[in-house]
Amino acid sequence: MNLQIKPILSALRRHKAGTILIALQIALTLAIVCNALFIVHQRIERSNRLTGMDESNVIAVQNRYVGKPDSFLPLMQTDVAALRNIPGVESAYVTNAYPLRRGGWSTGMQTDPTKTKDSLPSALYFVDEQALKTLGVKLIAGRNFTPSEIVNLAPQSTPAPAQVIITKAIADKLFPNGDALGKSIYYAKNKPSTVIGIVEKLTVPWIEFEHMDNVTLMPIRFDSGYQHFLVRARPGQQDAVYKAIPNALYKVSRMRVLPEKYGLRTFDVVRANAYEADRGMAILMTVVCAVLLAITAAGIVGLSSFWVGQRRKQIGVRRALGARRSDILSYFMTENFLIALGGVIVGTVLALGLSQWMLKYFEMPRVSVTYVAVGVVLLLVLGQAAVFAPALRASKVSPVEATRSV
Amino acid sequence: MFSYYLQLGLRSLRRNPMLTALMVMAIGFGVAASMTTYSVYRATSRDPIPQKSSVLFNTQVDAFGPENIENGEPAPALTYTDATAILRAHKAAHQAIIYPVNVSVIPDDAARLPMRQTAYANGADMFGMFDMPFLQGRAWTRDDDEKHASVVVITKDLNDKVFNGGQSVGKQLNLDGRLFTVVGVMDNWAPQPLFFDAPNTGGFVDEGASVYIPFTRAIDLQLGTNGNNNCVKEPEQGWDGYLRSECVWLSLWTQLDSQAEVDAYRNYLNGYAAEQQRAGRWSWAPNVKVRNVTDWLDFQKVVPKESTISLVVSLGFLAICLVNTIGLLLAKFMRRSQEIGVRRALGASRATIYAQFLIEAGAVGIAGGVLGLILTGLGMLGTTLVFPSDIARLATLDPTLILLTLLTSIAATVIAAFYPTWRAAQVQPAWQLKSN
Repeated sequence: MNLQIKPILSALRRHKAGTILIALQIALTLAIVCNALFIVHQRIERSNRLTGMDESNVIAVQNRYVGKPDSFLPLMQTDVAALRNIPGVESAYVTNAYPLRRGGWSTGMQTDPTKTKDSLPSALYFVDEQALKTLGVKLIAGRNFTPSEIVNLAPQSTPAPAQVIITKAIADKLFPNGDALGKSIYYAKNKPSTVIGIVEKLTVPWIEFEHMDNVTLMPIRFDSGYQHFLVRARPGQQDAVYKAIPNALYKVSRMRVLPEKYGLRTFDVVRANAYEADRGMAILMTVVCAVLLAITAAGIVGLSSFWVGQRRKQIGVRRALGARRSDILSYFMTENFLIALGGVIVGTVLALGLSQWMLKYFEMPRVSVTYVAVGVVLLLVLGQAAVFAPALRASKVSPVEATRSV
Repeated sequence: MFSYYLQLGLRSLRRNPMLTALMVMAIGFGVAASMTTYSVYRATSRDPIPQKSSVLFNTQVDAFGPENIENGEPAPALTYTDATAILRAHKAAHQAIIYPVNVSVIPDDAARLPMRQTAYANGADMFGMFDMPFLQGRAWTRDDDEKHASVVVITKDLNDKVFNGGQSVGKQLNLDGRLFTVVGVMDNWAPQPLFFDAPNTGGFVDEGASVYIPFTRAIDLQLGTNGNNNCVKEPEQGWDGYLRSECVWLSLWTQLDSQAEVDAYRNYLNGYAAEQQRAGRWSWAPNVKVRNVTDWLDFQKVVPKESTISLVVSLGFLAICLVNTIGLLLAKFMRRSQEIGVRRALGASRATIYAQFLIEAGAVGIAGGVLGLILTGLGMLGTTLVFPSDIARLATLDPTLILLTLLTSIAATVIAAFYPTWRAAQVQPAWQLKSN
């Protein structure tokens, strides 16, 4: 194809304002769209992170006992037994926290008994022998807890049981030689906990944490009026179990509160609640991008149509002097391409600047080059698509126009 | 003249319905996106207690030491030891310790299930300091604080549920099996952001607390905090050990009416911290912070990142829509060069050309504003999809926002029209006449 770049440039010089406006619009659109799409990508990626659990068929119950007996432990034991007796329940246990709960307990741990500074943080899950099965996590070394290893923990005291199960992430960090099993970790000064098992992966209860995979399972029954039950239903039984849980618990005792909002949740709901803000952000940015691209395209159509209308006479002259329809079409397509090219060059700079600004004020990661590249291609294609209809109309201008109204 | 130009403008807009529709849509979408996100931003960044935000102060005293804190910033809460010692010193006219607790109301009717309530354990001064709105009865007194009285203030919602909305002052309320005497009923109250409990709530809650009980009584009942509890040293066993510990979990709020009082209070705190250092409890120099509501909310970063980012993106969006409008108006106006030429030749001044075209642009702005208003209304419904419910419900389409939407779109369009209008006014009458 014969590109007529030089005459296009000299023609554009006579339409500075329109040219600059289209280029500016493309530049701004690029800056916003590639940053917005990058945010969408990040948020989706974040909300799809794995917990290490087998999340299907798991139900989380939030329970609060009413009143203040000497110990809540007997109540908790009866409740767990009642839950395990519900038809269709595979396993159940009582705990202080679980992945995506967005609230929990963390402590520093280290291999040095005096437990001075620079410890590694770990989330603590208080569990019993049914926890691994209920969570559906994979034990890759060692063994599970036995019922006799589960110990009671008084309120306001420091958990440091004789045995613990840790995640592979912790094992790798504290024992780089791969010999974690049987070693001691100190969660409290001078109280060793022996590693009896390692699970492949399990995440902390928070969705933002420096060490997402640092989790310690402790064989502990924590004496507290507030706790969570995790229940695994047999495949196909989740709905029935979900409906049966409140009755089973209220049958044991009515002196409890299962809150309306977070009392009873399937794990799908737990996940959706945890990433509510991320999902919202992804939706908002997608909508903004779509509308923005539509408006930019419409703007290009509008201005190009105006130019075509303004130059009908010149087009007629060119056609009369022997230019083919395809020459006229390619003239306008090329013109738009050159303007868009200028726009995306400026836009790339703006996009990186915006990203830098968001990095500084919102601690967001820098936009990836792939996204800028995708944005550039997207806008060039959009420009070509938007100009196609006006250009086609221009190519249909008859050579007779050259003779009119002069 | 104005109405004539408006008529001309409307006629011209009707002549190119596509181009007009494009401009109106661009303005409408741009304004709606900005206004929707602005309403959320406005809600999250507002002053929760404007009449007093400059005289209410939160107290921070570093009980952790420089090694255990970040950026030299003391923890956002106090230990029991420090909070009660500062309170006992009476260095401010009004001061109250506050911490969140969880209680359950046990209805007299045994057939009804217990109801969990969000509650605060606080000193008597909190009610007056925060202008909490009483409907019946009154706040409890400092004397009740001293006597560790079993009294309670409840909100209207709870009064409706438990006492069927009737007169309940003097009646008994069963909280977790213990009886409390109702001394006052207040209107439902939850300033947003919830400044006095920002560290535990993030600033926003679906519902405010419905039960308030005396701090001293809550300590007797060994009610642990329902919020954050941070310890750098392991507490000793038992409740008393916990109270003696270096764990931080209490807020202390103070009303200080003048800069002199603030300075005196800060001096006292520095003196207190220095004393702890001398006594060997702390090995570091005094590090105290006294922040008013506005500074405290800034420091707590209650405005969610999402809210600011979406506002920035929407403003960018509006800017693009305006650039788009400039381009389209330019096209529209320049297409009428002949008409302008004729008018100028017949004696119209540049000023009248300006007036005519700016009025035409204003008409586009009004249409865009109306569309923007409709879309903002839809956007408000959509906020629940995009923001967490406790924040989304704060965004409302109030008269201020309606006015702002219309004004923004008219102002934006007229500003966008300046350049195209200027170009139109530059049209040389002779040229246009010659070429025809």
